[in-house]
Order: sequence, then structure tokens, then C-alpha cells
Amino acid sequence: MSTIDYTKNEVNVKGNRSLKEIDDLIIAPLDRIPNMKFFIAIGITSTMLLIGAIGIALSFYYGTGLWGNNNPVGWAMPIVNFVFWVGIGHAGTLISAILFLLRQRWRNGIARFAEAMTIFAVITALIFPIIHTGRPWVAAVYLLPYPNQHGLWVNFNSPLLWDVFAVSTYFTVSLVFWYVGLIPDFAVLRDRATGRIKKVIYSIFSLGWRFSNRHWQHYEMTYLILAGLATPLVLSVHTIVSFDFAVSILPGWHTTIFPPYFVAGAIFSGFAMVQNSLIVIRKVFDMDDLIPIKTLETMNKIILLTGTMVGYAYSMEFFIAWYSGSQPEYFTFVNRAFGPYSWAYWTMFSCNVFIPQLFWIRKIRTSIVPMFIIAIFVNVGMWFERFVIVVTSLSRDFLPSSWAYYRPTITDFAILIGSFGLFFTLTLLFTRFLPSIAIAEIKAVSEGAQPSHHGGEDHE
Amino acid sequence: MNKLYSVAALFKTPDEIMHAAAKVADAGYEKYDVNTPYPVHGLDGAMRLKPSKMGYYTIAIGLTCMSLMLFFMYWVYNIDYPQVIGGKPLFPLPAFVPIMFEITVLTGAVLTVAVMLIFYFKFPNNAHPIHDSGYMKAVSSDRFGVNIEAIDPKFDIEGVKAFLSSIGAYQIDEIYFDEEEVNTKHRILDSKFVIGMFLIAGFTSISVYLHMNKALYLPPFDWMLLQHKVTAQDHSDFFKNGISSRVPVEGTVARGFMPYLYVGDPDGASDNLVNPFVADEENIALGKRKFLTFCSPCHGDLAMGDSRLRGQFPNGPTLHSDKLLSWTDGRIYHVITEGQNVMPGYKKTVTRKERWAIVNYVRTLQRALDAKEEDMQ
Repeated sequence: MSTIDYTKNEVNVKGNRSLKEIDDLIIAPLDRIPNMKFFIAIGITSTMLLIGAIGIALSFYYGTGLWGNNNPVGWAMPIVNFVFWVGIGHAGTLISAILFLLRQRWRNGIARFAEAMTIFAVITALIFPIIHTGRPWVAAVYLLPYPNQHGLWVNFNSPLLWDVFAVSTYFTVSLVFWYVGLIPDFAVLRDRATGRIKKVIYSIFSLGWRFSNRHWQHYEMTYLILAGLATPLVLSVHTIVSFDFAVSILPGWHTTIFPPYFVAGAIFSGFAMVQNSLIVIRKVFDMDDLIPIKTLETMNKIILLTGTMVGYAYSMEFFIAWYSGSQPEYFTFVNRAFGPYSWAYWTMFSCNVFIPQLFWIRKIRTSIVPMFIIAIFVNVGMWFERFVIVVTSLSRDFLPSSWAYYRPTITDFAILIGSFGLFFTLTLLFTRFLPSIAIAEIKAVSEGAQPSHHGGEDHE
Repeated sequence: MNKLYSVAALFKTPDEIMHAAAKVADAGYEKYDVNTPYPVHGLDGAMRLKPSKMGYYTIAIGLTCMSLMLFFMYWVYNIDYPQVIGGKPLFPLPAFVPIMFEITVLTGAVLTVAVMLIFYFKFPNNAHPIHDSGYMKAVSSDRFGVNIEAIDPKFDIEGVKAFLSSIGAYQIDEIYFDEEEVNTKHRILDSKFVIGMFLIAGFTSISVYLHMNKALYLPPFDWMLLQHKVTAQDHSDFFKNGISSRVPVEGTVARGFMPYLYVGDPDGASDNLVNPFVADEENIALGKRKFLTFCSPCHGDLAMGDSRLRGQFPNGPTLHSDKLLSWTDGRIYHVITEGQNVMPGYKKTVTRKERWAIVNYVRTLQRALDAKEEDMQ
């Protein structure tokens, strides 16, 4: 039998460090000049970013004809990448908001980092619909309802417009949530800062936070409210993204399972990405105690759960395609699994459904190298899931004479690489310039941080 | 001039601060604060603070903005630009639900934070007396502190110090501030702030103007306004006469403008021209339209010779005279085509069919003033 004692709360922060040591450990990467590993890493990611920038610049100059998009497959890699990156963002809000409401205290160590990843993922995602419009320099304006000389308004009936509202709300609320969490940490940085420039910058961003309990009271309530608002928001965002597909009449898209299926998939891929990045961060910055293996194990369990839900959705789609008796629907799904894109389908299926099942084994769930590799597979699989949904459904639509095989071009891949470059460059800069673990939150859950239950009578 | 702000005491553990906060509250102090590096559970109760009301702001703001958005969408679809999209009703409530939800969350979250920071905390404020003190640096890291302000009615410096050490403080400091430097009031109307806002507004306007009017038209983003083709009335180096459009071949006839055979020959027109159009309802309607456009300014709306120009141009004669009544259709057509006296010819502006329609309309007007017995039936 296992030897876990369920009568005691498990320790969320190991090592019984003093509060001062927690400050020092978290802020250390901000104060010292980064080591060689950091520069190599940022060199690689900024090169990737540059490749993407060249791809986008060429697309702007010569037009979107450089992409592989063809006549039936008008929504191709840009939309695949958009849905992929928005999905990555979901884990951050799930960790910071939903697990906060569920009082999962292990989340405190990783919440800040996960929120930052949400923001960077949404920034990365937003590039794609904007460049896909073909006129990015005006698209940002045309997407919003603003009074104009044409007397025209946007179409409030369209899922694409709901998407504009959902993603921009998601970005703004995540940013506010993240910033509210950062205010006390900026104040810590301000009080530790020695240089004048640093002190001015941190003072501005800390807004003059004074750690007053009269403030903490409203602050905690507001944080709770933000968590309460962000929880339905995170579920709504990928639901609305799935409406982009589900509200159309294309076989393979027009299904009611899409909203829950997309949300589960988003959390699945998001957790895999957060897990991957956290493993790197805790190694590079020696934060093994603040992000214990137990946290990673819990994340792996969520990956296993959501992966199984996604597998259920794949199977249920097939069942319904047969059970509905709708011929186009049936054809689309047989075509997915055994048609020209079967390679993509089976890559998706094995990466998302079969490989995560290894997490049933405790040994794999708790060792770093296997879990890292499995999470990479999950990310590959989830990218292919969006590819399969978008491309296979479009490439063989109702009219066989218009069928065409979609092949991404080198520009498509350059932009995809660039999106990873942007995301990881932002993440690396974040770990260098901001505390990647919420200082106040981690202090609040460290050992002895809260008063003992007898109300502090025996302090002498 | 340095002035006392407060007496601040430091404690080492959360248990001690709970105890101390309760003691300070019980002793009847009102202007005091407890500073802790992280929220300590139960401290609100020890300080006797009322529960936070932030939630009411969220729900009020969220529901208000949601209703405004719903009304805005109603206004767009039903009042400003009614338009049927995809066969849906003009007020498709289910389609509005996602946007209403997002607006509720967006405004609820952002404005609650704004209310908290601006109205509750009076932030940003980096000029508070306790900033930069040793006390602030201690409580931001690992100490727990109580500070009792000098403006408290029960404040008395020695008494407060004795009280604080009696409840277990390990260090007690006095915090001073410079009245000139520290100003906890809002500075919305501060000249620096106002000038800064104007500068930002100016910068934003100029950059938006340059973006919308200049940057958008830089190559290659010229939106196909620049094309390597020759347009009409353009200059061209290719042709000898330097004009891009070509002169038509001699004898070219524009559509609807047949050459007129009786130039300078009114009698020939009178004798030989026959109205080829039947005066049916459609033809007369066309004639009326053209008459009102081209003829009525001088001849009057009913061709009575009552010019609308009030003598600024020689008055056209009435078309109900005996002379006109005796003219043939061809003779009237000739005058319209060629002109007469100061009246210009209309062969370049009014097509042949329209000229004949005007003739039919003039005949209709004449008949209306000079009705025959059989018209009464």
C-alpha cells in the first residue's frame, strides 16, 4: 500500500525556507546577468522569430498567394495556428482562475508563469487572423463596430465577430488579472531595488502599493471576483472559437460536440505547453523546491484526463457520423481516417490518445524526461488536430469537382516557426525581467505563513 | 518641514501580528494600518474590518454595460441600418448572447480593478510617507507591522510607543514626512499631468492621421490606385497629339443620336417628318420627365410661357398659341432639335426618342387646354 498520509495537508513549497529566502530565490534571475544558457536560448528563439518576420514581410509585399491556401481550403495554416495558440493560452487561465476557485493551493507556484504564457499565447494567436485578412493594416479597425463614413456596422450574427469579442476580452481580462497579481511583486522589487532607474520603473508599475491590510482585503476580494469572471470566460473563449466551425454547414464542422471538445483540447494542449516550459525554467533557475514534482504530477494527471476526453470526442464524432445516417457526414469522417490526409489523422490520434495513456503509470508520471517527451507529443498531436479539422473538411467539400489537396508552402512554415519564436522569446524575456513566480502568493502558502489555529495566543 | 506621520512597530510572526492587530483595534485606535508581505488569513476579523463590497461594483457595472451593449446592437439592427442577414429576425437575441456575455466579463473585470485602484486605494501614489522607510522595506519582505497615524484622535507619541512595546513589538520607529513633498491628494488637474495628456492626445491624433492618410498609400499598399494603364483624358507620349484617348473615325455616330437630315430646313421637317412613336402612357411619362427637365425652365411647367427664371432670361413663348396649335409634329421636333432665336438646339443632350416624347407631351398639354367635345366622355 502507499504510504501517503491523507490526514495532513501536503507541503506546497518544500525546503521550509524563510520568507526572505523566497524573495531572494525568485528575484535572483532579475538581478544577475544571465548565464550563457540564457543567451543561447534567446539566440535560437529570436532567430526563429526573425524567420517568421521575414515570412510575414514577404506575405505583405507579394500577397497571400505565397501561402498554400487554395480554393476549397481557404482557411488553412493561419487558422490552424490561431486555434492552436489560443488553445495553448487556456491552461494559464485554468490554473490561475479555476484552480484558485477550487482552492488548489499547489497552483500558486505556477500560476504567474502560466498566466504569462496565456498572454503571450494570445498575442501570438492574434497575429494569424489579422494577417489572414490580407489587409492587416486596416483589419484591426474593421473588426470592431465603430462609426464610419460607409454607415456600416459589423455583423453581430456572425461567429467570427463573436470571436473578435471573445479573444479580445480574453486577452484584456488575462492581462488585468496578471497585472493585479504583479502589483505586490513590483512593490517587493521596488523596495529591494538599488539602482535609480530600476527603482523608478518598479515604483511606476507598483502604483505605490503599501502592503496595507486595508488594501489586501479589497485586493483579495477583487482577485476572487476576477477568478470568478475568468472561469466562465476561459470556457467561453474556445467555445466561441469552435462556433467559427460549428455554426457553418460543412460536414466535419457542423457538430454540436465541438464546444466541449475544443475546450478539453485547449486545456490538454495548454497544460502540455506549461509543463514543458516549467520543466525548463525550474532546471535553468534552480526552482525545484518552489515547483515540486508533485505539481508536475498533478498536471500530468490533468493531461491524462483531458487527453482521454479528447479521445472520447474523436470516437463519438465517428459514431455520430455513422448513426446520423447523413451521407456527407459519414463520407467526411471515413475520408479523414482513410483518405489523403490519413497520415495527419493518425499522427493526431496516436499523439493525443494513445501516448498520454502512459501517464497511468506512476513512474512515468513522476519522472522528468518521459513526461517532457510525452508533453511534446501532445503538442504535436494537438497542432495536427486543428490541421485535421480545418483542412480535411475543406479539401473535400460537397462538390467533387472542386476538391483539391492542400500543401503548406515554405512561407507557411516560416510563419509557424516565427510564432514559436515569438512565444518563446517573450517567455524568456519574461523570466528575465519579471518574477516568474508570484512572490506574495507563494509566501502565503509556505510553511508557517498563516497563523496557527489557536489564534496566536502563544507567541511569547 | 518634517512632520510626524505615524509610529510604526514591527513583529516577526503572523501569530504575533494577529494578536497585535486585535489589541490595537480593541484599544480604540481608528487611524491605523497593518502591513503584511502577503494577505494573512483572519487579519480582517482581528482589525474589525467590514467585508469588502467590491462584488457589488462588479455586478452593477457588468449588468449596466451588458444592457448598453444590447441596446447598441438593437439600435444598429433596428434603427440605424435595418438589414436582414441570413434570413434571421432583426432582433436575433440568441446571436447577441455571446457578445453580451463577453462585454459583461470585460467591463466587470476591468472596471472593478479600476474602481479598486483609483477610488479605494487612490493609486497611483508613490509619495506616501511610509514609502522608502525601513519599515516599508521590512514589511514588503518578511516582517509584519502595525502603524498608528499621528492624526488618530487618541494619538500621543509616548503612550503609543509604550502600548506597542507592551503588545510585543520588537522594533518601534517614528515615520516623518515632508509636507512639501508628500501630497496624497489626486493630481488629475496638475499642470504636468494635463500637459502630458495633451501631448499624448496630439501624438495620437497626428500618428492616426499619418497612418490613415499617408502610410496606407505608401507602396506597396496603394490599394491598386496606381496602375500602369492609360486612362481617358490623360496625357500620353505615345500618340502624336499627346492625348491618350483617340479621336473617333469621321462620321462616327453616338448611340441614340442619328444625324438630322433637315438642318436649316424647317419646312422640309414640317412636311416630311412623322412622329414614329405612339403617344402611349409610357411615352408621355418620358416626355413629361424630359419636358420638366429641359423645357419647363423657360416655357413653364404647363407650357404657358410663365418662365421660372423671372425675367433673367428672355421669356419663352406659350406653347398654346394658335401658331403652335397649327404646327405639325415635325415642325415642333425641328425647333427642339435645331433651336430657334435664343433657344438652343437640344440634339446633343436629348435623344431622338426623348425629343419625340416631348412633342407628344406638348400635344397632350395643348389638348388639355383646348379640349374637344369627345374628350369629356
